[in-house]
Amino acid sequence: MTATYVITAPVMILAALGILVVRKAVHAALLLAVVMIGLAMVYASLDAPFLFAVQIVVYTGAILMLFLFVLMLVGVDASDSVVETIRGHRIASLLTGLLLGVLLVVTILQLSFGTMKGLAHATALGPGQGGNMPALANQLFSRYVVAFEATSALLITAAVGAMVLAHRERLEPRPSQAELARRRVRQYGEAGTHLGPLPAPGTLARHNAVGTPALLPDGTPSPSSIPPTLRHATPGGRELEESHE
Amino acid sequence: MSDVTPYLVLSAILFTIGCTGVLIRRNAIVVFMCVELMLNAANLALVAFSRQHGNLDGQVAAFFVMVVAAAEVVIGLAIIMTIFRTRRSASVDEASLLKW
Repeated sequence: MTATYVITAPVMILAALGILVVRKAVHAALLLAVVMIGLAMVYASLDAPFLFAVQIVVYTGAILMLFLFVLMLVGVDASDSVVETIRGHRIASLLTGLLLGVLLVVTILQLSFGTMKGLAHATALGPGQGGNMPALANQLFSRYVVAFEATSALLITAAVGAMVLAHRERLEPRPSQAELARRRVRQYGEAGTHLGPLPAPGTLARHNAVGTPALLPDGTPSPSSIPPTLRHATPGGRELEESHE
Repeated sequence: MSDVTPYLVLSAILFTIGCTGVLIRRNAIVVFMCVELMLNAANLALVAFSRQHGNLDGQVAAFFVMVVAAAEVVIGLAIIMTIFRTRRSASVDEASLLKW
C-alpha cells in the first residue's frame, strides 16, 4: 500500500459515493472526473505510466468532455426527479449494492495473493533498452496485433454509427428571407403583430447590459427586449414574463 | 507493503458503487457515467494483477477496455441524444414504449 493509494483511495470512494447522491448531472460528471484522475494516479503508482497518460487523455479529456457536451445539449438543469416510480426501488437497489459490495470485499480479503512480482522483468526487453511503453508496444504489435486491428474497425464503426444517429435530414427547405418577410407582413395583417424589430435591451434603462430590459415610455420594463434564453437568468425576468402574460 | 489486495478492495468498492448507481439513478446520462465507473474499476483490477504477476498482459487488456469504452460512450451518448430529441427527456423511465 503506497502513499498514493492511501491519499487517493478515500477521495475516490467519496467522489464515487457523491455520484450516487448529487441531484444534478453536471455535478456527477465533475465527481466522475475526480475518480478518473485518482485512478490515473493509482496507475502511475502501479508501474503503468502509459495507462496513466491514456487515462487522463482518453477518460478525463475525451469521454468526460463528451458527457459535458451532451449535458449542455440536453440541458444542464436536467436533474433526477425524487419521486419513486417503483415502490421500494431505492431501498432494494441500495440493499443489492451493499450485498454485492460485502460479498466482493469479503471474498477478496479471504484470498492471499502473495507479494507482487513487479514489472521490472517484463519491461526489460534487452540490454540498454526496455521500459513500460516499448514493452507494451512490443506486446501490442506482436501478440495482440489482431485485436489491435479489430479495435480500428470498431472505432470506425462507432464514429460512423454516431454520425448516422446524430444526423437529421431536413424535411422542408430552409425558408428564404423573402418568405420570412412575407410571413411577418401576413402576421401583421391577421393578428396585428409588431412589424419592426424588437426593442433593444437596456434602452432608456439604467444599464445597457443584454440582460437588462428596456423601459417603455411609462417606465415599465418591456419583456420582449430580453432574449428568451436570458429571461430566466435576469433578476426579476421570470416575474416580468409572467406579469406580461 | 507490496500486496495486491488493497487495490482489489478499492476496485470492488468502486464497482459496487457503479452498480448501485446504475440501479438507483434514473437520468440516463448519470446511469451511463456509472457504467463508466464500473469499467474503470475493472481496469484497476487488471492493472493491479498485471503488476502482481509480473506480466504486461493485464495492462494491454486495460488498454483495450479503454478503447472499447470510448467507442461505447460515443454510441451510447448518440442514442441518448436521439431519445432526448424525440421525447424531450433523458430519464430512463420515459423510454417505456416496449414495456409489457
